[in-house]
Amino acid sequence: MKAKIHVTLKQGILDPQGKAIEHALETLGFKSAGNVRVGKYVELDLAEKDKAKAEAEVKAMCEKLLANTIIEEYRFELQ
Amino acid sequence: MNFGVIVFPGSNCDHDCIHVLSDVLGHKAIPVWHKESKLDGLDAIILPGGFSYGDYLRTGAIARFSPVMGAVQQFAHEGGMVLGICNGFQILLEAGLLPGAMLRNRSLSFICKDVHVTVENAATPFTGLCRPGQVLKIPIAHADGNYYTDDVALSQMKAAAQIVFCYCTAEGKVTSEANPNGSLDNIAGIRNAAGNVMGMMPHPERSAEALLGNDDGRLIFLSMLDALQKAKLKAVLA
Repeated sequence: MKAKIHVTLKQGILDPQGKAIEHALETLGFKSAGNVRVGKYVELDLAEKDKAKAEAEVKAMCEKLLANTIIEEYRFELQ
Repeated sequence: MNFGVIVFPGSNCDHDCIHVLSDVLGHKAIPVWHKESKLDGLDAIILPGGFSYGDYLRTGAIARFSPVMGAVQQFAHEGGMVLGICNGFQILLEAGLLPGAMLRNRSLSFICKDVHVTVENAATPFTGLCRPGQVLKIPIAHADGNYYTDDVALSQMKAAAQIVFCYCTAEGKVTSEANPNGSLDNIAGIRNAAGNVMGMMPHPERSAEALLGNDDGRLIFLSMLDALQKAKLKAVLA
């Protein structure tokens, strides 16, 4: 099973990278782009076959290491 | 006194800390490799600056799981004095030994320059020889020093006088212009509620001898030594 994990800064926390990209997009003429948020994407293979157990495992990975839940939120999908 | 300076893969201010403690101040300081699991015979621990594990994932995120960190946690929980400088501060945050987290600098730049900080709390083992409100000039060198915590945690920290240093002007005014990285409330250094663990982004080891043109940082190490010596005397008298 493959886990695809997205980690981003929580809404409301200033994302200076997102702001810089938003500004660059605007300069390039993409006027409709707004609220740009930059995050991390982590992909990993899991030996676990049971989907519920795999979900619990990935959630634990996110809570313990992949995201810092003081400043970041995460979501993932299993395939 | 015996200091242990933890060396992670990517630490690069470990030798500076050891130099100040041993060559400048005449005490014993030894490097402790991150694979160690014991911290026997040490009076205080320093987590130095650098780029542990290449800052992969988040600054300090991987170093906090190094084998030695279990011993550091135990040392701190037993009341041992722990100082984290720059990357060491980031590791203490990730390890949960200090509250909050670091965000990328507001400017997105790596900033390396002298800054001024006010001593917000001079009643700590790390600042005991400073005057309350004293302005210290100490250099910073970081890309992720934008301190953040939520409102609830911030008010708890204020109530417990956990904010130790704030970025300020040369005259000691805490203004947004004097904030180099966007840190919440200009926070440059904090301590834990118990008072024995402190993290600071400025590098006192880089400003601890007159030969280098600035020895304000020496006050941090001298305060630690003073607190350790007083604690030893107290133990003898008891």
